Amino acid sequence: MAAKTLTIDGQLVSAEEGQTVLDAARDAGIHIPTLCHLNGIQDIGACRLCLVEITGSPKLLPACVTKVQEGMEVQTSSDRLRRYRRMILELLLAERNHVCSVCVSNGHCELQTLAAEHGIDHVRFEYLSPRLEVDLSHRLFGMDHNRCILCTRCVRACWHVEGAGTKNVAGRGIQSRIISDLNQPWGQSETCTACGKCVAACPTGALFNRGATVAEMQRDRTRLEYIVTAREKSQWIV
Amino acid sequence: MPRQITIDPVTRIEGHAKITIQLDEAGNVDNVRFHVVEFRGFERFCEGRPFAEMPGITARICGICPVSHLLASAKACDRILSVDIPPAAEKLRRMMNLGQIIQSHALSFFHLSAPDFLLGWEQPPERRNLFGLVAAEPELARRGIRLRQFGQEVIETLGGRKIHPAWAVPGGVRNALTPAGRDALKARLPEAKESALMALERFKKVLSTHKQELQVFGNFPSLFLGLVTPNGTWEHYDGHLCVMDSVGNVICDFADPAQYGSIIGEAVETSSYLKSPYYKPLGYPGGMYRVGPLARLNIARQMGTPLADKELSHFKTLGCGAVNASFMYHYARLIEIVACIERLEGMLDDSDLLGTRLRADAGVNSLEGIGVSEAPRGTLFHHYNVDEKGVVRKVNLIIATGQNNLAMNRTVAQIARHYLTGSTISEPMLNRIEAGIRAFDPCLSCSTHADGRIALGVVLLDATGKVLDEANRL
Repeated sequence: MAAKTLTIDGQLVSAEEGQTVLDAARDAGIHIPTLCHLNGIQDIGACRLCLVEITGSPKLLPACVTKVQEGMEVQTSSDRLRRYRRMILELLLAERNHVCSVCVSNGHCELQTLAAEHGIDHVRFEYLSPRLEVDLSHRLFGMDHNRCILCTRCVRACWHVEGAGTKNVAGRGIQSRIISDLNQPWGQSETCTACGKCVAACPTGALFNRGATVAEMQRDRTRLEYIVTAREKSQWIV
Repeated sequence: MPRQITIDPVTRIEGHAKITIQLDEAGNVDNVRFHVVEFRGFERFCEGRPFAEMPGITARICGICPVSHLLASAKACDRILSVDIPPAAEKLRRMMNLGQIIQSHALSFFHLSAPDFLLGWEQPPERRNLFGLVAAEPELARRGIRLRQFGQEVIETLGGRKIHPAWAVPGGVRNALTPAGRDALKARLPEAKESALMALERFKKVLSTHKQELQVFGNFPSLFLGLVTPNGTWEHYDGHLCVMDSVGNVICDFADPAQYGSIIGEAVETSSYLKSPYYKPLGYPGGMYRVGPLARLNIARQMGTPLADKELSHFKTLGCGAVNASFMYHYARLIEIVACIERLEGMLDDSDLLGTRLRADAGVNSLEGIGVSEAPRGTLFHHYNVDEKGVVRKVNLIIATGQNNLAMNRTVAQIARHYLTGSTISEPMLNRIEAGIRAFDPCLSCSTHADGRIALGVVLLDATGKVLDEANRL
């Protein structure tokens, strides 16, 4: 496969053709924040945290779905990008009820980690404080819509890794919700195989093992990448 | 002309409150009220959460006594699982509660209350505080601060952090004690014991010079409620729920504290966010009862450890059947610190504390769970109702401070009547009224959770203090 040479933050980087800017940056040790990206699951460029500046493009482009090109000049960090990323994170925090101190994922949450990384000690927007249910109908897992950021990692893990197609998104905009099957209690789903891949994929405390208490949800997200690599490349790399 | 004196805020207590003193035409005290003006609302916003989260959530009620809520909540959740927790887990929970009682009592005595009676009521407020105590009695103050730190370290050694450890969980606890942690605590025990005994001796001198405070700082007959073992030994985690009258007769003894509902009613006053629980058979407000160190020591026949037992027998001589003076809360607190330290001494070598079977696993086996334990300030009740999936549908919290509400009102009235009749009003006098409240060590952030039922009363007064209008939002 042909190699492409590009610069990321002024650093000369060599990448394989077809690789994304995100992968090339990470291979080169350059950190780009992400939330909807998860290794092994197809990218959709939804969360917009990985937006980067590319010389010659008037638009900001999501690094997770932008392929590398020869001679590309990428800027992963600027005042404008930092401002947007912070705003995205603040809006996510304001949209639902993210109460870190009592959350099952406290200390192991990607949203919390990113918020801390971006110096978010307060949110400038008014909290919406919606009244949302916790679905504890499944015998093994729970779904707390209060903590969901609609990254859809669970949906993609369910459809593309497990192939069960249980998880989906219903509604539009701010009314969007992750649902099971035809919007029924998770425990009544006929398609769910109880594999737990959605729980492993969740970046926050939205999906959790039943009975988990504060800060107890620690997930091994590398398992999904392992499964996909084994299936697609017949390589069993732990 | 009627006058109203307001003490706002009441200082050196945990939370926000004010006291209003209503004077009549002749300048005599007509009425005194203790108003709690902060609202927390945990009973309401815990609804809809998975019950397993409750210990972690309710621990956030308070930064002083998070462990008390953690334990009462975990016990309520144990009942929802319908399990007996592993013996090691129970011992570890007890150990953490001992640390909690030590640190909270030390805070109440040394940091909040001692400046009043060790420095003197007449001292200016800017000196009458912990810093003043450090200047006047540096060794006692230093030991007090370190004693509190020791209690906090017991909590941290087990739970990983001093404040809000999410360590007790439904069915048990997360981790055991480590040998290193045990050794570090053992090394600090002798100093802690010495400090507690030193404070006891110091306070006994205070008792001999504060006869008047003993008489008027909330000295009245009331019931006392607390946990006690079946053989009458002091208890802090489990045991029987016992009610004693003001002369020492046990009038109620429940083997299962979960039956509390049949004896405790909760009244709501329009002037405060604090509920007023009362003993149902005697009605409201006649069923006034006190909880906390004073009540526990009145109810207990023995402490179960040598030094504390010796002090308890001295304590018992100061009352007739039961000690009714609220000023004695301070003494009871110090005796409890000694008892906790002695119990820690006795339990740290137990190999069970290093055990690995710490957590019972089960699903929702009961739709109701009631957890009762002794918080430093008194008996704490957590009562949850869940649906069959384990989602919390109803929460009732009965907090020690609320249970002392009627007695605190009575105390401030007694002090105000004694010190304010027909004389000029001075700061030291007002401080005495606050000190009456401090004896109970109220924690207001802990205790104001009822939703909707709490009402706020608004009184419109003209310049002469005449009531123009009164509105009650029910």
